[in-house]
Amino acid sequence: MTSLAAPRTVVVRYAPLLILALAWEAASRLHLVSSLALPPLTDVAQAWIELVQSGELVTNGLSSLYRAGAGLALAIAIGGALGIVMASSRPVNAMLGPLVELFYPMPKSALIPVTVLWLGFGDGSKILLIFLGCTLPVTIGAYNGARGSDRHLIWSARSMGAHRLRMIWDVVVPSALPELVNGVRTALALSFILLVSSELIVARQGFGYLIGYLGANGSYEAMFAVVLTVAFIGFLFDRAYQSVVERVLRWRE
Amino acid sequence: MSGPAQIIVKDVCHHYRPSVGRDVLALENVTLEVPEREFLALLGPSGCGKSTLLYLIGGFLPIETGKILVDGKPVTGPGPDRGIVFQNFALFPWKTVRKNVLYGLERQPLRREEREKRAQAFIDLVGLTGFEESYPSQLSGGMKQRAAIARTLAFDPRMLLMDEPFGALDAQTRSLMQSELLAIWEKTRKTVIFVTHDVHEAVYLAERVAVMSARPGRIKTVVDTRFDKNDPEVHRTKMFVDKVDEVWNLVREEAIKALEKRPS
Repeated sequence: MTSLAAPRTVVVRYAPLLILALAWEAASRLHLVSSLALPPLTDVAQAWIELVQSGELVTNGLSSLYRAGAGLALAIAIGGALGIVMASSRPVNAMLGPLVELFYPMPKSALIPVTVLWLGFGDGSKILLIFLGCTLPVTIGAYNGARGSDRHLIWSARSMGAHRLRMIWDVVVPSALPELVNGVRTALALSFILLVSSELIVARQGFGYLIGYLGANGSYEAMFAVVLTVAFIGFLFDRAYQSVVERVLRWRE
Repeated sequence: MSGPAQIIVKDVCHHYRPSVGRDVLALENVTLEVPEREFLALLGPSGCGKSTLLYLIGGFLPIETGKILVDGKPVTGPGPDRGIVFQNFALFPWKTVRKNVLYGLERQPLRREEREKRAQAFIDLVGLTGFEESYPSQLSGGMKQRAAIARTLAFDPRMLLMDEPFGALDAQTRSLMQSELLAIWEKTRKTVIFVTHDVHEAVYLAERVAVMSARPGRIKTVVDTRFDKNDPEVHRTKMFVDKVDEVWNLVREEAIKALEKRPS
C-alpha cells in the first residue's frame, strides 16, 4: 500500500514548488515584473546548463563544498568533544561554560574580516570561519544531551566493569546523541550561510564568489542559476542528514 | 549463620545533599551482615534510605562514615562482583537485548563464541528467546526487567543488588517475575539484597527481612522468613500469613512516622 501511496505523496508535497516555478515563469514572461529583476525560469535553466558545461559551476561548487565540509567536520569533532567533556567534568565546565555563553549569541559573520586578516583570501579563512561559527551549536547540543544521561545507566556500565573513559564513550556519548544531532543540523544550515556570505565578500572561488561576480557583470540569469543551486544543495544535504539521523537513532521509540 | 559473612555494613551514616536547602540525614548508624548465598530483603517505608544503602554497597555513592566490607575488602567503587538491577531497568536503549546482555561480558577474558553462547543461555533462561535483536523500546515492562536480569546474571557477579526491580510492573507480571526470580536464585544461589516496600514480596522471596525505620534510616529488626517457598499455595499457609502480619506490623509504625514527618 505504501508503495502505491508514495509517488502520490511526493507529488502532493512538491506541488507548491511547481506552482511557484510556473508563477515565476509567467510573471516574467508576461512582464508583470522586470525581466532584469526576475529573469524567466527557463532562461535561468539555460544559463545553468551553460555554467555546468563551461565547468565553472563544478569548480566553484567543489571549492565551496570542500570549505563547508572541512569547517563542519572540525566543528562537529571538536564541538561535540567539548560538550561531552564539559558535561563530564565540573572544572572544565566552570572554565568554559561562561565563554560558551558569551560567544554563542555573537554574529559570526562579524568574524569574516578577522579570519581574512589571519589566514588570507583562500580556503583557510573560510574553513576557520565555518569552524568558529558551527562549533558552539554542536557543543551546546552535546552538552545538554550528555547532561541528561541517566545515572542508572552510568552506574550499570560502571558495575559491569567499564572504567570512567569507557563509560563516557559507551553511555554519555550515545545519551547525548539525540540532542547532539539537533545541534549538528543547526550547524549544517549555519555553515552554508557563513560559506556564501564570506565568499561574497572576499574570495576568488566558490558559490558566493560566483554569485557576486555574475551579479556585478549583469549576468542575472546565471546569477539566479547559482543561487538556486546553492538553495537546492542546502536542501539536499539537510534531507540526507535527516535520513542518516533516522537510521542512527532507530532505537528510539 | 551459614558460611562466612559476605557483606558487612558497619555504622554507616549518609547525608542526602539537595542542591538547595539543608543536608538531610538519610542513614544513621546502619549495621547489617549478609552471609554468603543469602537472600535478604531490605524493607521500609518510602524515603527511609533503603535504596541509598543499596547504592552505598554497590559503590555508586561515597561512604562518609562507617565501613562496608565485601568479602572482607572495603568498598571503594562499583565492580563486577556486585551486579545491580534497577526499578527502571537501566537497559542501554541504543543496544539490542543481545548487545545489552553482551556488555558485561565484553571485559571478561572469554572468546567471542563463548560470550555469545553465554549471552544466549541467559536470554533463554529469562524466557526472551526470539527477542535477541529487539531494542528495549520494543519490549514490555516485564520483558525489559527480564532482559536486565539476564544482563546482570550473564557476567556472573558474586551477588545481586536489586532496587525495587518489580516496582514498575503490573500485579500479574510482578507475581510471575517473583516466582521466576526465586527459581533462578535456587539455581544460581547468589547472595541477593532485594530492596522493596512490598511486605508480601519481601516475605515470599527472602530468607530474612531487614525492616528499616523511617528517616533517618536504621535497621529496626531482622525477621527470619525461611520456609518452603516451593509450595504453590504458600501464600495461603498460616505460617506465611502470620509472617506477613508480623512484618507488616513492624513496617506500619514506621510508615506512619514517615507520613507524619512529611512536610505538608
